[in-house]
Amino acid sequence: MLTKLKRRAGQLALAAALSLGLTSTASAIELTMYYPVAVGGALTKIVDGLVADFEKANPDIKVNAIYAGNYNDARIKALAALKSGEPAQTSVMFSIDIYELIEQGAIVAFDDVVKSAEDKAWLEKFYPALMENGKTQGKTWGIPFQRSTIVMYYNKDAFRAAGLDPEQPPATWEELVSMGKKLTKKSGGNVDQWGVMIPSTGYPYWMFGALAMQNGQTLMNGDGNQTHFDAPATVEALQYWKDLGEKHGVMPSGTIEWGTLRQNFLEGKTAIMWHSTGNLTTVKNNAKFDFGVAMLPAMKRRGTPTGGGNFYIFQKSTDEEKAAALKLIKFLTQPERTAEWSIKTGYLGTRPDAYETDALKAYVKEFPPAAVARDQLEFATAELSTYQTGRVRKLLDDAIQAALTGSKSPAEALGDAQKQADRLLKRYR
Amino acid sequence: MSTPNQNRHWTYYLETVGAWALALLWILPLLYAFWSAFHPREYAITFELLAPLTLDNFKTAWNQAPFARYFLNTFILVTMILAAQFVLCTLAAYAFARFEFPGKNIAFVMVLLQLMIMPEVLIVENYVTMSKLNLVDTITGIGLPYMASAFGIFLLRQTFKTIPQELEDAARVEGCSRLQILWKVYVPLARPTYIAYGLVSVSHHWNNFLWPLVITNSVSTRPLTVGLAIFGAPESGVDWSIITAGTLLAVAPLLIAFLLFQRQFVQSFMHAGIK
Amino acid sequence: MSRRISQSYIYGWLLLMPAAIFLIAFTYYPAVATLAKSFFSQGTALKPSEFVGFENFAYMLDDDVFWKVAWNNIMYAVGTIPISIALAILMAVWVNGKLPLRSITRMAYFTPTILPMIAVANIWLFFYTPDIGLLDQVSAVFGLPSHNWLGDPDTVLGCIIAITIWKEAGFFMIFYLAALQTLPPELEEAARLEGASRWYYFRRVMFPLLMPTTLFVLINAVINSFKLVDHLFILTKGGPDNASSLLLYYIYEVAFSFLDQAYASTLTVVLLLMLALIAVGQFYFLDKRVHYR
Repeated sequence: MLTKLKRRAGQLALAAALSLGLTSTASAIELTMYYPVAVGGALTKIVDGLVADFEKANPDIKVNAIYAGNYNDARIKALAALKSGEPAQTSVMFSIDIYELIEQGAIVAFDDVVKSAEDKAWLEKFYPALMENGKTQGKTWGIPFQRSTIVMYYNKDAFRAAGLDPEQPPATWEELVSMGKKLTKKSGGNVDQWGVMIPSTGYPYWMFGALAMQNGQTLMNGDGNQTHFDAPATVEALQYWKDLGEKHGVMPSGTIEWGTLRQNFLEGKTAIMWHSTGNLTTVKNNAKFDFGVAMLPAMKRRGTPTGGGNFYIFQKSTDEEKAAALKLIKFLTQPERTAEWSIKTGYLGTRPDAYETDALKAYVKEFPPAAVARDQLEFATAELSTYQTGRVRKLLDDAIQAALTGSKSPAEALGDAQKQADRLLKRYR
Repeated sequence: MSTPNQNRHWTYYLETVGAWALALLWILPLLYAFWSAFHPREYAITFELLAPLTLDNFKTAWNQAPFARYFLNTFILVTMILAAQFVLCTLAAYAFARFEFPGKNIAFVMVLLQLMIMPEVLIVENYVTMSKLNLVDTITGIGLPYMASAFGIFLLRQTFKTIPQELEDAARVEGCSRLQILWKVYVPLARPTYIAYGLVSVSHHWNNFLWPLVITNSVSTRPLTVGLAIFGAPESGVDWSIITAGTLLAVAPLLIAFLLFQRQFVQSFMHAGIK
Repeated sequence: MSRRISQSYIYGWLLLMPAAIFLIAFTYYPAVATLAKSFFSQGTALKPSEFVGFENFAYMLDDDVFWKVAWNNIMYAVGTIPISIALAILMAVWVNGKLPLRSITRMAYFTPTILPMIAVANIWLFFYTPDIGLLDQVSAVFGLPSHNWLGDPDTVLGCIIAITIWKEAGFFMIFYLAALQTLPPELEEAARLEGASRWYYFRRVMFPLLMPTTLFVLINAVINSFKLVDHLFILTKGGPDNASSLLLYYIYEVAFSFLDQAYASTLTVVLLLMLALIAVGQFYFLDKRVHYR
């Protein structure tokens, strides 16, 4: 804390010295920015470092970066701050909060902030799949920052032990079942090692977005006012998920805890897990066995939702502050910074040219799993995001859990969820 | 003809073993926390007698979250609440114990009702109030709803009532004002109640979670419990070694105080309960 | 004389004033405001809030999650209250008797009271985790199959209840311990001389004498069964499929995750009504000695 203060003081002194004789020092702009962290690691220090770099390069702008907990916390905090009159000017928030933020009148579109041709070109620099969650009504509202996808982690040693080729992870739904059966080891009535685990608490709708996409079905439309929960392909996808546990016996039945799954994988209790790319660094540091990372398997096609946080700019700020916020966001999404961010955290590089930087090139060469998420972007789609997103998401979460725990059939659970989602979304059509 | 030996029926041994078994069960979560916090990560969930000891988990936990700041916040919070509670409850309890005024009974029932309608139930509306008062994300904001404590008023009223009226009359003859009497006669005589109530209040607010979670946004206001919840949230993948180390850090002051002053603690709670 | 009385009026109210202001501001005003808000729709930037009568209540009656959560809360109360009280009495009797290692045992019983629920929830998560958790490690020793404790809607509420019992029994024990120490030891002596069994003595003498304490503890336990939801944040988030969600947790979710304060207020009104009913019951049934002395 003290060193931070000293650093700040130093910067201020430097800023004052630089502006001496040119203008008065009163022109310094102060920005407040909230950001969340959803996946492990000491991310706050990395963000502090990036912000310090920015302040050094732009002595007339001061940034308060505030860590606000998980995504849900960050959204609540930012909206609360907005109402209480001490708003933030920009924040990293869940990419799927976009409709909620628009409805609350909280954010402005980047199209209304960018001025120069260079800025407009900058908007086109990111992977299109990552922009999907940031665009609606023909405008761009969110810039991808801490973004991830789901990947498949697998235990190569377990593959070898089961007589499978460790370089050939399952690429289709059938292979996932057949290999899963070989990988499931039982002693007596007890299972010592499961074939696969897909987490179904925390963010079940996210995992399910992958299965649905693999079956050729998106979960909602681009305007955020229509869900496709009861589409036949959606129901099939949920049936498949349920069958992994109940019919094929390669996954425990019931729900699987998001938070403890990584530990299960590291303990060798499951040979395959689906999880966020955000866990890559932790798994790499802690796995006592040879592990691999692969794209998720395909049914009709490959597929995964993207996930994670976007930058937003808030309505309640002066034009000067908006310009300063844009400057900050542009700075943090430069190819070199993006590469640094990706290497340190395991999050995706959000733009193709980040993967052309020397740093990231070298990293991918040394650690090929880092490229899997990028390669998978080609098949990626938007994460579930609608108006009333919290409620709609919970409807789907509940439906998935109801089906997996056997209290409803997939068709019944998803039918109910669709009916209620329709009721909520009718007035946005 | 009942010698102590004959009383030691086989049920006595059964009960003793039962009591110990239950005690073991009750302390097990804490024992596990110690195990996992003091051993390297490989042993977090496997138990080997000779596993090596380490303090690394504490170091990691301490560095991963601003625990020092959280401690400070919690300390400020419980101190502030306790001080306000003492003042507000003492005054109100004195009024209820020694004054006659119209509406007294209704007022007392209204106070008792708060035993039922505790601030936890009203988080939604209190949040709105705090944002109107510009107190969202302040330690004061966390503390305010708890300051007029029905429990405290009730407890002190009961104690004040046991103090003989003659003491007050004598003090008045000596020319003491009402507030002086309160300060010089009632407060000193009610000391055990203050200690009891203080311990109950501190341990309650040290551990309180829901309202602080709702009302705080930042490191500079978050109390330990909220910090710990964010630190150990399953979203980020559960790592028991570090989480248990963090947990032990967070409960250490209260736990150590409890172990040192066990008797006083238990007696205080008893004292608070009997009344 | 009349001057003294009116002076006493003023003094009384002045002394009460600070506490009254706080009580009104943070208990009575919000309770009334909650009631008022439950008749309005949730406003957004595009669509301001408006009076909707009982629409929120109609929505609630139609809300499956509400019914499930309300039912869970009743089961939670029914599951936690009798067992934690029974255990508390048992603990108090043991610790009050001539038990070897008495003070250590008492400390063990009481420790959960001073530990924050949010912190111990993570430890309990370890106990319940399938395959690698303690419960499954122990059951594996006996050759029992592993069970997905928190992932099975049939067991998850039971797991939550177990934690609450663990947290509360030691706290309630203290009240019983205090009460037991006020019982004259001659009573037990006399009962023994008459040849009464310990169980008979407990049932016919001790338990009736403990009745005021039991009522006091009962009220506390009921309140807690509506209030204690901290562990849900870590353990289940109310899942799977709301199988472990409780009313207050649902209110939190609606208010701060769905940002629908109008509906959250409606749910709060129901919770307040339930508590008010219990309060009335308390004033009606409870021995006056316990509260007004």
